[in-house]
Amino acid sequence: MASEFSITDFHIPIGEWVSAAVDWIQDNFTGVLDGISDAIKFIVDNFEDGLLGIPPVLLALIIILIAAWRVSWRFGIFAFVSMALIFGMGIWDETISTLALVIGSSVLALVIGIPIGIAMARKDMVEAVVRPVLDFMQTMPPFVYLIPAAIFFGLGKVPGAIATLVFAMPPAVRLTNLGIRQVSEEHVEAGRAFGCTDRQLLLKVQLPLAMPSIMAGVNQTIMLALSMVVIASMIGAGGLGNTVLTGIQRLDVGLGFEGGLGVVLLAILLDRITQSVGTRKPGVSLRMRLKKVLGKG
Amino acid sequence: MTDKLVIEGLYKIFGPEPEQALALLDEGLSKDEIFDRTRTTVGVQDASFAIRDGEVFVVMGLSGSGKSTLVRMLNRLIEPTAGRVLLDGTDITRMSKGELIDMRRHKMSMVFQSFALMPHKTVAENTSFGLEVSGIAVAERRRRALKALETVGLAPFADSRPDELSGGMKQRVGLARALATEAPILLMDEAFSALDPLIRTEMQDELVRLQQHEAHTVVFISHDLDEAIRIGDRIAIMEGGAIVQIGTPEEIVTNPANEYVRSFFYGVDVSKVFKASEIAEKQGLMVFERPGVNVRAALAQLKDRNRNVAVVVDGDGRYRGMVSLNSLAGAVDSPGDTRWDDAFLKGIETAPEDMDLSEVLSLVAASEYPVPVVEEGGRYLGIVSKTVLLQTLDKAG
Ligand SMILES: Nc1ncnc2c1ncn2[C@@H]1O[C@H](COP(=O)(O)OP(=O)(O)OP(=O)(O)O)[C@@H](O)[C@H]1O
Ligand SMILES: [Mg+2]
Repeated sequence: MASEFSITDFHIPIGEWVSAAVDWIQDNFTGVLDGISDAIKFIVDNFEDGLLGIPPVLLALIIILIAAWRVSWRFGIFAFVSMALIFGMGIWDETISTLALVIGSSVLALVIGIPIGIAMARKDMVEAVVRPVLDFMQTMPPFVYLIPAAIFFGLGKVPGAIATLVFAMPPAVRLTNLGIRQVSEEHVEAGRAFGCTDRQLLLKVQLPLAMPSIMAGVNQTIMLALSMVVIASMIGAGGLGNTVLTGIQRLDVGLGFEGGLGVVLLAILLDRITQSVGTRKPGVSLRMRLKKVLGKG
Repeated sequence: MTDKLVIEGLYKIFGPEPEQALALLDEGLSKDEIFDRTRTTVGVQDASFAIRDGEVFVVMGLSGSGKSTLVRMLNRLIEPTAGRVLLDGTDITRMSKGELIDMRRHKMSMVFQSFALMPHKTVAENTSFGLEVSGIAVAERRRRALKALETVGLAPFADSRPDELSGGMKQRVGLARALATEAPILLMDEAFSALDPLIRTEMQDELVRLQQHEAHTVVFISHDLDEAIRIGDRIAIMEGGAIVQIGTPEEIVTNPANEYVRSFFYGVDVSKVFKASEIAEKQGLMVFERPGVNVRAALAQLKDRNRNVAVVVDGDGRYRGMVSLNSLAGAVDSPGDTRWDDAFLKGIETAPEDMDLSEVLSLVAASEYPVPVVEEGGRYLGIVSKTVLLQTLDKAG
């Protein structure tokens, strides 16, 4: 009997178990899944419709102005050139579609992630539970997220957004937690000594002082979201990723390059602009500047 | 003076099983032995004392002696393990969360070593932090913040950001923030330690000035003895979590409870501890009351007692001048109404009662006669002679 056993017969039916579990979830939680799906679809579609609803030239102008105001006038020129290239390559709609998906899933990731980070910072227990989950999430290669998303939500923008928000959330959680924990003991004591309730301590002391760290998390989340949105075109999320994908499938180097360049330009714009939020401009606030001007005049 | 804060049998044990440590403390074990046995740290043990209304109470001790823990138990930033803290008779340790928050908003405020200002708020917003937390309306907040900033001389900087200010100015904001709530009690944990020596002295003077203007009850932690002496009405010395001595600076310097306290004061500049009035001797010289005694009689009495100099006061005990055998002898033949005036020694300087010993020292050194000490209203308090001075310096050194 023993001689008939060979190692190739050794089989643990993990695949079958997982399929069974997925079937079970799909059978029993249809309502929940549909609810999530509808909510996300609503948010993402609205963002996209909203952005596409603005005349392209106007939107481009707004982006250029924001770049010049928040970062520097040189960066404003870079933004101008980027916009010109995107129009010139004829990938405006794809870019906006990607941007909408990035913003939509980032907003969702932040809305979920920041409160988790706050909870982590306030209770060591929560941190002990969440930290390994975050570690696990960050060791997974990005496209692994596509599989469950596609299984539960099919193909299209919704599973793309879900995979993206899950993939992009960890930095927001981590850096919120870190930022709050890094607030100096004395600042927390000062808050308490002057009679803050727990809520006031969070809102008036901890969050404001943690803001630079939280904003760094927001920046990272947005950048991760962009990279994921491109990958998510594999399950039909559309946008610039689709342009690249088509280029690859047709072995059309030019098309692939154009899509890639669009992604890079969008990445640089998003990165610099989100970095500039939360750091006060060196020197003086707008109010002080106004005061000065009015004082002189 | 009434007691503002009464501390009774206050303990803080850091660690999981405080009861065990408390029992060991009862058996008389030391902080180190208890740590070795139970891995718990005795922060403060059996502190019992009262802080009087309107005084500056300084807590001193080496690093780790429990000073910070002690003051933080007064507003329960640290929960006491055992004991009571009575504020105007109400036990703080039994307060509910809401009562505690209310107490912190209205009764006690705090100033921190590294200022703990909010970088994203303006100076005025920082100053009104306590008021903001209490839910006071913006306009009222700003009014009270400006008033507090006025007190510390920073009103012109109300709309600056903390990072535009120097260290001393930042701590003035810290002080203004504590004053703005109009809490009667100020807790100050090494509030001036992070400042340059020069600025530190300036802030100490500022605090003393503030106290004269409107006396708060101040609990001030320091490990700088000069600072403690400068600002403290009374000083408590802590060692290993216990309070080993409480008293006025003079009491502690002249009569240290043990070697630890003595070593603390070793090499202290006592000339800064004492004021002229505290060492002035009433019996040091003969005193003549002017309307009662005439010049001739005074001369006779001095000769009789074999003395060389005497002090002359008027009917109300006010200092008039000093006379010597020679000056009296030279004035006996003057016309009646100027006789005393002629008899007074020329160039005698008096010391005001609150003059530092160090300054009295230079007066005494410069004069061949003892230096008379005079109250603000002109009353004569006594004299400081070279002998008295040497005795004082010797006793304390
Ligand atoms: N949160 C804590 N957990 C454990 N031990 C603590 C804690 N806080 C203070 N201690 C210990 O309690 C003792 C008293 O500390 P405390 O901070 O009150 O000293 P201190 O007199 O203020 O010293 P320093 O002059 O260094 O500020 C020290 O032995 C310290 O290690
Ligand atoms: Mg301390």
